[in-house]
Amino acid sequence: MTVAQPTRTIPAPPRNGRWSGFRHLLMARLLELKREPEVIFWVFGFPVLLALGLGIAFRNKPADVTPVAIVAGPGAEDALSLLQRSPRGSSIRAAVMVEPEALQGFRLGKYDLVVVPDGKDGFQYRYDPARPESVLSRAEVDDALQTAAGRKDPVPTSAVASSEPGSRYIDFLIPGLLGMNLMNSGMWGIGFALVDMRQRKLLKRFVGTPMRRSDFLLALTSSRLVLMLIEIVLLLGFGVLAFHMRVLGSVFTILLLATIGAVAFGGLGLLTASRAQKLESVSGLMNLVMMPMWIFSGVFFSSERFPAMLQPLIKLLPLTALNDALRATILQGASLGAQSGRLLVLLLWGGISFALALRWFRWT
Amino acid sequence: MASAIQCRDLRKTYDGKVEAVRGLNLEIEAGECFGLLGPNGAGKTTTIEILEGLLAPTSGQVTILGQNWKENERELREVMGISLQETRLSEKLTVLETIKLFSGFYRQPRAPLEVLEQMQLSEKANSWVGKLSGGQRQRLAVATALVGNPKILFLDEPTTGLDPQSRRQLWDIIRRFQQAGGTVLLTTHYMDEAERLCDRLAIVDHGQVIAEGTPADLIERLGGHHMVEFQVSVHSNSDTAAWRALPGVESVRHDNGLVCLNVREPHLTIPALLDAVEKEGEHLLHLTTRQASLEDVFVRLTGRHLRED
Repeated sequence: MTVAQPTRTIPAPPRNGRWSGFRHLLMARLLELKREPEVIFWVFGFPVLLALGLGIAFRNKPADVTPVAIVAGPGAEDALSLLQRSPRGSSIRAAVMVEPEALQGFRLGKYDLVVVPDGKDGFQYRYDPARPESVLSRAEVDDALQTAAGRKDPVPTSAVASSEPGSRYIDFLIPGLLGMNLMNSGMWGIGFALVDMRQRKLLKRFVGTPMRRSDFLLALTSSRLVLMLIEIVLLLGFGVLAFHMRVLGSVFTILLLATIGAVAFGGLGLLTASRAQKLESVSGLMNLVMMPMWIFSGVFFSSERFPAMLQPLIKLLPLTALNDALRATILQGASLGAQSGRLLVLLLWGGISFALALRWFRWT
Repeated sequence: MASAIQCRDLRKTYDGKVEAVRGLNLEIEAGECFGLLGPNGAGKTTTIEILEGLLAPTSGQVTILGQNWKENERELREVMGISLQETRLSEKLTVLETIKLFSGFYRQPRAPLEVLEQMQLSEKANSWVGKLSGGQRQRLAVATALVGNPKILFLDEPTTGLDPQSRRQLWDIIRRFQQAGGTVLLTTHYMDEAERLCDRLAIVDHGQVIAEGTPADLIERLGGHHMVEFQVSVHSNSDTAAWRALPGVESVRHDNGLVCLNVREPHLTIPALLDAVEKEGEHLLHLTTRQASLEDVFVRLTGRHLRED
C-alpha cells in the first residue's frame, strides 16, 4: 500500500494578461482622484452650487410692477387718474413729482419711464432705448393710457401667462453647465494631469516599463468618463429634485452625447498638453482654448444673441455643439438622429485632436 | 563572456548645439556592476537614458543583451528595471498600490509584497508615498525597478541626497541584486559609492570616457596608492619641482595651500620630506597620509574636483 505523499505545489508566478496595465492604471487613477478633495469639489460640488445660485437669482418672480414718474404740471393729475383707471393699472406704479426729482430718479433707475404732460391734453414719454425695461414700460404705459382714454382695439386679443418647467432659465442653464463641466474636466482633468506627470518625470518612468502607451491614454480618458457619469447623474438629479426640471430625452441618449463630448474635450486636452513642460504654460494654453467657448458657446445665455455673421463660426465650436445637443435632448427630447450635424462637429474635433496629439505627444 | 550592454561611438547633440555626449564607447558584461563616474554635467544622465532607450542618440549604436531598441523595445523593457535621477511618484497612492501599479505592466512580475519585504518597506506598505522619507522614496523607486524581475538594472544617481544609513541600505540591495546574477549600470558622483559598489568604472568628463577599469586598477594606473598631504610655513607653492624630486613621488598637486603628493612608497617619501623641510628652516603645519581614492584619480585626470559645479 502506498501512502500518498503530500505534494507541495509551488504557486505559479503571476502572469499578467493583455489588459493588466490598463486595469492597474485606471485603478490607480481613480484612487488618486478619490483622494484629491479639490477634484471632488470642482467636479461635483461646484456645478451644483453654481446651478443653485443662478437658479435662485433668476427664479421666476411675480410679474414686475413698472415704476413711472409723472412730472407735475397741468395735466399731470389727468395722467395719473387715467393710469389708475386703466385695466392694466395694477402693473403700473405711478407718482407725480417735480421735474428734477423725476429725472434724477429716472437716471438712477428708480423709474423706468418719465411721463411729461405737454399741457395740451397730450403726453411726452422720456425713456432710454438701451434699457429693455424702459422700452417695455413705454409700450405698457402708452397702451394703458390709450385704452383708459377710450381707444378701441380692432382685433380682440388675450394673453395667458406661461412659465412651465422646460422654458425657465434654470432649464436652460443646467444642460449648459453640464456641457461646460464636461469641457472643464476633459481639458483640465486630462491636460493638467498629463503635464503634471510629465513635469514629475512620471511619464518618462512609465515609458521605461513595458506599459503600452495607448493603454495609458485610454486609462486616463476612462477615469474621466467614470467621473462624468457621476457628474451627470448628480447635476440632472439636482435639477429634477430642486427645480422640478423635466428630462424629456432618453437617459441613454444623454449619456451617449456626454461620452462623445467628454472624449472630444479629452482629445482637445491631450492636444493642448502634448508638448507643454510646465504647469504654468499649460494653464495659459488651456485658458486660451477654452475662453472663446465660455463666451460664445451658450453656457449662461443663448449663443443666438451674437451677430448672425458669427453664428456659423460659433456653431463649429465643440462646446456649442455639445450644449445645443444636450439642450435639444434634455429639454425637447430630440433623438440622436436629429442632431447628426452637432455629433459630426464633436466627432471631428475629438478625432482630429486625438490624431494630432498622438503625433506630437512628448513622453519626456 | 556575453556583453549585457554595449555602445559604440555614442553621440548626442541637443538642439544642434550642446554636445552632451561625444563619441562614447562602453562594454558591460552580464553579471557586472558597472559605474559611470563624473561631475555634474559630464553627460552621465544623457548616456544612461540613451542606453535605457528613453532618448534617441544623435548617432552611434546601442545593443542591450544582443538586441537593439528599434526592433525589440517591448522585449527589452520586460527585462530591464530603471530608476531615473528624479521621479516624483504619485503622492496619494500607498507604497503597495504604487508597486502593484508597476507590477501590472510586466508579463511576469515578482510578488509586490515580497519586493517590499526585500526593500525593507513592509511596514510602510499602506502609507502614502507623500509621507515617506527621502531614503524610503528612493528605495521605493528602486523597488518599482525590481518588481518586473529585471536582468539589468539602470540606476541614475541612486543615492544622491540620502543620509549615510539610507545609502548603505541601497548599496546592500544593489549588491544582492548583482549576487543573484543581475547586471547593474549606475551613475554616481560619489567616489566612495563607485569604489565600494562597482566591479568596473568609466570616468566620464565632457561627454567622453577618459579612463576605464576596476577601481583599484584606476588608482594604481594613475600613480600610487597613497596620498601625502602637507602644508609648510612659507611659500610652499613655488617648489613643485623640489617636492617632485623626493623619492617615491609620482606627481604633485597644489590644493588650497595644501601640497598633495601621489606616492608609491610612503615609508621612503615621508622621512625625505621631513629632512627637506628641516633643511629649508621651515616647519610643517599639517601632515596626513591616506589611501588614494578615485577623487584623486579624477583630479589628476581633469584638474578639477568631482563635486565642483
